[in-house]
Order: sequence, then C-alpha cells, then structure tokens
Amino acid sequence: MDIHPILIALRKHKAGTLLIALQIALTLAIVCNALFIIHQRLDRLSDVSGVDESNLFVMVNLWGEQYSTDEAAAKIEQDLATLRQLPSVQDATPTNSYPLAEFDWDNFITMTPDQVGHTTDAAYYVGDSHFLRTLGLKLIAGRDFRPEEVQNLGMRQSNQPPVTIVSKALADKLFPNGDALGKHFYAMTSTPLTIIGIVDTLARQEVDSWSAPYQGQSMVVPFRLAEPWGLRYVVRAKPGQLAAAMREAPKALYAENRMRIIPPKNGLLSYAQVRANAFKRDRGMAILMGIICVVLLAITGAGIVGLTSFWVGQRRRQIGVRRALGATHRDILNYFLTENLLISLGGVFIGTVLAFGLNLWLVTRLSLDFLPLTYVLAGMVILILLGQCAVFAPALRASRVPPIEATRPT
Amino acid sequence: MLGYYVDLAVRSLKRSPGLTVLMILAIGFGVGASMTSYSVFRAVSGDPIPWKSSHLYVPQIDVWGPKGHQDGSNNNDPPDAMDYTDAVALMRDHRAKLQSAMYRVSPSIVPPDASKHPINVGGHAVYSEFFPMVDAPFKYGSGWSAAEDSQRAAVVVLNGDINQKLFGGQNSVGKTVNIDGKDYRVVGVLDNWNPKPVFFDVVNTGGFTTGHEDVFIPFQRAIDVGMPNDGNTNCSEIPKGSGFVGLQQSSCVWIAYMAELDDKAAVTAYHDYLDAYFRDQKQAGRFSWPLNNRLRDLPAWLDSEHVVPSDTKVSLLVALGLLVVCLVNTAGLLLAKFLRRSSEIGVRRALGAPRLAIYTQFLVEAAIVGLTGGALGLLLTWGGVHGVSWVLPKEISTLARLDVGLLALTLLVAVVATMLAGLYPTFRASRVQPALQLKSN
Repeated sequence: MDIHPILIALRKHKAGTLLIALQIALTLAIVCNALFIIHQRLDRLSDVSGVDESNLFVMVNLWGEQYSTDEAAAKIEQDLATLRQLPSVQDATPTNSYPLAEFDWDNFITMTPDQVGHTTDAAYYVGDSHFLRTLGLKLIAGRDFRPEEVQNLGMRQSNQPPVTIVSKALADKLFPNGDALGKHFYAMTSTPLTIIGIVDTLARQEVDSWSAPYQGQSMVVPFRLAEPWGLRYVVRAKPGQLAAAMREAPKALYAENRMRIIPPKNGLLSYAQVRANAFKRDRGMAILMGIICVVLLAITGAGIVGLTSFWVGQRRRQIGVRRALGATHRDILNYFLTENLLISLGGVFIGTVLAFGLNLWLVTRLSLDFLPLTYVLAGMVILILLGQCAVFAPALRASRVPPIEATRPT
Repeated sequence: MLGYYVDLAVRSLKRSPGLTVLMILAIGFGVGASMTSYSVFRAVSGDPIPWKSSHLYVPQIDVWGPKGHQDGSNNNDPPDAMDYTDAVALMRDHRAKLQSAMYRVSPSIVPPDASKHPINVGGHAVYSEFFPMVDAPFKYGSGWSAAEDSQRAAVVVLNGDINQKLFGGQNSVGKTVNIDGKDYRVVGVLDNWNPKPVFFDVVNTGGFTTGHEDVFIPFQRAIDVGMPNDGNTNCSEIPKGSGFVGLQQSSCVWIAYMAELDDKAAVTAYHDYLDAYFRDQKQAGRFSWPLNNRLRDLPAWLDSEHVVPSDTKVSLLVALGLLVVCLVNTAGLLLAKFLRRSSEIGVRRALGAPRLAIYTQFLVEAAIVGLTGGALGLLLTWGGVHGVSWVLPKEISTLARLDVGLLALTLLVAVVATMLAGLYPTFRASRVQPALQLKSN
C-alpha cells in the first residue's frame, strides 16, 4: 500500500497524531520497565529453599525464665524429646534460623585466619545431628553430624566449631575443582573448619538484595543454641499431618513447661507462610506493576479506539469518495490499519528512548537493574498489536461506509 | 453564564456517552492509582518529628577502619551503629544538650497472675535524656532522673498498650512490673507512642516494623542485669570474650546513638569534639586509620539508611507515569470532541461570542469531566488505600491513611490535571474560523 497519501492526511491531524504517538511512547516506556520488574520479582518467588517445605513448620520458643547455658540446653533436649514423641511429628531440630526466615546470621569466609578482606560470605546455621534429616536436606557428599559433635552455644559464646556441613554453592565457590570435602576454611574463626559434608541446596536465611552475590551459600555448624532468651524449632510433620502437628506441638510444649512464650503473632508458621512472608514484598510489587500495566494498556487501547472512531466519523465523505472511485472494503480497512501502524511505529520509536531513559533513572537513583533489550522488543510487539486490535473495529466501520456518502453533504 | 456553560457541557457529554465514559475512566484510574501510591509514599517518607528533626543528630565513628567497609553501597561510610566502648565514652563526656545511647531489648514480662503465660515485649534501654530529646508524650508520670541512670535504678517507662494489658490502662506509676524475673517500679506511662519510622533507632528496627515499643529501661541497668540486645549486631571480627560482656568489650557495633544540638555552633563544637575523641583514641592505639567520622542530622540520616523502601518510590513513579498517560489520552479525546463541534463554535463566534467565551465554555466542560473523574478517583483511592494491605507488607500498608487532605488533593489533582489536558483542545477550538464553518454548511 502506498503510504504517501496517509502521511499527507496525517499532517492534517498533527495534534491528534502526536497525542496518540506520545501516549504509545509513554505506555511503552512504563510497560516494559514494569514487565521487567514483574519478571524479576516473580523469578524470586520460586527461589528454591532446598528444604521439605510441604511438611515443615517453624516455632519460635522464648523462655519465660532466665536459664544458664546448661539449663537451657537441658530444656531444649527435653522439648525435642517431647516433640519427637508426638504421633504426627517425624523429627525436630533446634536452630538459630531457617531458609527464607529473614532473620539472618551470616559470617565472612576466609581461606586463611589472617587474610585481609574476605573470600565470600555464608549464611550461618547452627543445628544438631537432626538438622539435615528434619529439614530434608540432600547430603551429596560426606556425612551428617554425630550427636557427640554437637556443643552447647551459650549467649554470644565464641566457640569454634571444628567441623561444618556446607551447601554445594559454597563448596563450589571455595573449591571450584569439586574437591571441597575434607578441606578447610575460616568463618571469622581463628581455627579452621573442616568440611565433613556437602548438601545439594540450602538457601540463605534472608532474601535481601545485598546477599544476591552470595546466593545459596550456606554453612551448618554443630551447635545447640542454648541462649538465655530462646531459640527456634524446625519441626517436620509426618506426610499429610502438618495441620495436626502444628496443633499438637505448642500444646505439648506448654504442657511440659509453662514458663515459655510461643508468640501468638508469627510464633508458629507453616513453611508455606514462611515463604509467603519472605516474598510478600516481591509478590505485592509484581501485582501492583501488573495492575498498572493492564490499566495502562486498556486506557491506551481505548484512547486509540476513541480517536480513530472520531477520525472515521470526520472522514465519512472522503471514504465515500474513495469507495465511489473504486476502492474496495479491504483498501479502506488497510488504510486505517496502516495509518495506525505508522503512528504506532513513531510512538514505539520515541518510547524506546523513553524506556531506556526511565530505566537509567531507576538504575542510578534507585539501584534497579539494567533493562534488557528483549523487554523493549516485547513491549513494542505488545503495543503495535494493541494498536492494530484497537483500530480494527473503527476501521471495519469505515470500510462499510457506502459510496453514496460521497454525494451527501457533511 | 457559568450555569449555561455547565448545561451545555452536560448536553455535549451526554451526546457521546462512550467518549465521556472513557475520559472519566481514564482520569479516575490515573488519579486513583497515583493517589494510592502517594498515600503510601507520604506515610513512609514523612518526617516523624518535624518540629525537631533538624536538631537531632546521629554521630558515627569509624571503629573498623577501611577493612570494615568494603561491602555495601555506602562504601566509605563508617559503621552505622556504635560499639559499647564509644557509646559509653560519649555519654560520659556529655557534650550535647541532650543525648542517649540506646539498644533494643526484648525481655519477658511475667504477669502477677500465676495462671497466665509470660508475655514477650519489645523496647529500648535508654538514658534519662532520651525522653525530653525525642519529646515522648507522657500520659502519667515522667521519665527517670539522671541520678537514677547512674544508680542503675530498677525503673521502667511503659507504653500505653502494655499499660492497658497489665494495668487496664490505669495510672500505674509507683506499681511494680516483673521484667525477666526482676521487679521494676513504673515511673511513667507513655501515651501510645509509636513513631514511624522508629527514627531514634533505625539500625535495630529498620525504620518500619510491626514490633512495638512496650518498655523503656535505664541503659546501665539493662547492661548490669545482662539484658541482651535484640537488634542487629555487626562485627568485623569474632569477639574475643564470650557472652554479653564479651560483646561489650568487642568492636562489634550494636548501639544506636542520638544527640540534640540546637544551633550551628553546637553542631560544629560537637563535630570537633567527635574528631578530637577519635584522635585521642588513635593516639591510645585503638585505631590505625585516618579520621572518618560522620555527624548527620535526622533527615540526612534516614536518607543514608535508605529508610524509605525503593519499591515505594518506584511505585509512585510508575503511578505518576500512569496519570500522565491518562492525561495525554484525555487531551486526545477532548481534542476530538471539541473539534467535532467546530460548526457549533463557528455559529457562536459568528453571533458575537468572544474567544474568552469559547475558552470558558470548553474549560467548564473539561472541569466537569475532571470533577466526575475525580469522584471516581476518590472511590478508587479509597479502595486502593484499603487494598494495599493485600499487596504490601503489613508494617507499611497499615501506615497508609485516608484523610481530608488526601481526599481534597485527589479532587484537586483530577480537576487541575483535566483542565491542563483540556487547555490545548480548548485553544484549538477557540481558533476555529467562523467563516469557514458557516460556509461548509
């Protein structure tokens, strides 16, 4: 189709054309940045934790009395025995934190004790000989902790653990040749830690952006967290009995010793809730951006419908003349589709510049990531398709204008 | 005349209901989305203590040196909290008008009724000057004295909520509360004081938290009874000693510090004092690196700690973008609508209406669209503010409120924005040549 007459006609509607193009440009700029944010956030929702989430729950246990390290350790063992005896419970372990807990403890890792600057950073878990089994971690090399290796860790005691189990991500980072088992490293300690086991996946505790470079790097040391204020229990229910276990466990613990606090708010969480809490911000942001994208596209689409309808109404006579001079339905339809395509192309061209401009602002001011070209391309396709769909109905109406219109006065 | 224009506008809007509805929807959604985002942004970026924030300062001392700050965004910034040694030394030197070191505690309170479970509470260990410094509002009693600070007295200030829970909201001054197994005498009750962000201790609370400030106890008393800190503890090396005492002797940072400095001279003097303190300590062999202190006022401090979540800013920006698109959209539709009535304008102009009259007529029409769109926007903002809890974390969403100011602003934004959008179409309409229009008919 010859685009020259279309361009000439558009020059008669400069303002309308510019407004549509501008609207498409702005929509493109916002939509592709929003899509990028949505994709990044949704990506995180499916971060693997490495634990058996469907059967796990966590319980915060604060002591109502002040215990010494030994007293606390004895109380913990008593609690664990109570929990493990419950018919619905498979296993339980005392710990400082758990994957996606957003309650983090991390240590710098060095290869020598007096190294200047650290090699990397690892999430720091303390667990007993039931830790791996309870969380359902997959040991891919070496062995689990032995009960006699587990020491009591009182408040801010700087015990130095001789052994550790690390995640594969940490093992590979420290020993890229795959021979991490049996090797040593230091975790802000003066004595070396020997790697006695490697687990396949064990996610970090926090989901913050600062730890993104250290993703999946975790270590477990054989401690029983006998701090005076309390600890967290991770409990694994027997398959299908999670709800029953979550009901029975706090009751059994209170029955055994009343002087404790399992906070009513967030003190007892299934792993599904832990995950939901950890990613609530990301999920919310994705939903928000999604809503805005939909509204934007709807308004832009509707705007195109509105303005094109107006143009069709305005040009009924000219359309009639063209039809009388032999133009087919199809010619008229194509005319409007092509006209919209030209405007859209102009719009997405400006929009691409705006999109990268907006992204640059977000990167420099709010430290977001750089926008990949694919999102802009996707945005272009979406907007061009949107334009063509929006213009189709008015264009179809235009193509049905009978040739007789040419003889009627406006 | 205005009434006539309103009548004309309503007729015109009724004539093309599709276009009218579209414009109203666009304005409504644009305004609704941006006002909802703005309500969240306003809630998290507001000054928590506007009458005093420029007089409150947070000192930072570089206890770690260059090896401590190789990570993170504030590359050369000293640690954002204090170790025990420096916090206590600064308190002892007492160079500001008012000042307090503080750390977050999370003790348990054992109710006198033995059948009840103990409850876990949150709060801070602070010095006596904390209360006048942050203008904490007392309902009953007052804070404790400087003498009680140094005597390590077993006294406590309760917040309204916990006083309600323990004493049914009665004046509990003089009564006793069992905290971590020890008796504390209530000296004051606050009037439900929960500033957001928790500006006095951003480091240990992150600014926005669902946690409450239930109790305040004297700093040195808390240290004496070994009440452990419940906030962040950051170390550049593992403490040599064990336990809470080991932490106090270490270079780990876990204490927040705030000072009130009322004029420029006081700020300069305090800055000089901090620098002199660092040099003294350096001479004593504690530090081997150059001076790198900071003294930020509260707004600058909140900014450097990134208290306003970047998500909130992104949302506001994107929502404002949506509003702009809606306005461009409305401008296009109004243009179409106004120019369609060229002949009507031609007749009016030919009958002697001046340009100003045309302007008024069409701006009235734009304003009516804006007002209706604004009403829809109000509805959507109302829904949005109540719906944000669905997508945002609780500690932030509960802060977003709808008030008269926001409602008025919503309507104003809608009307002004629509009239702005209608400005160019109106201009075009006023340029319509009467002769040309009359002839073509």
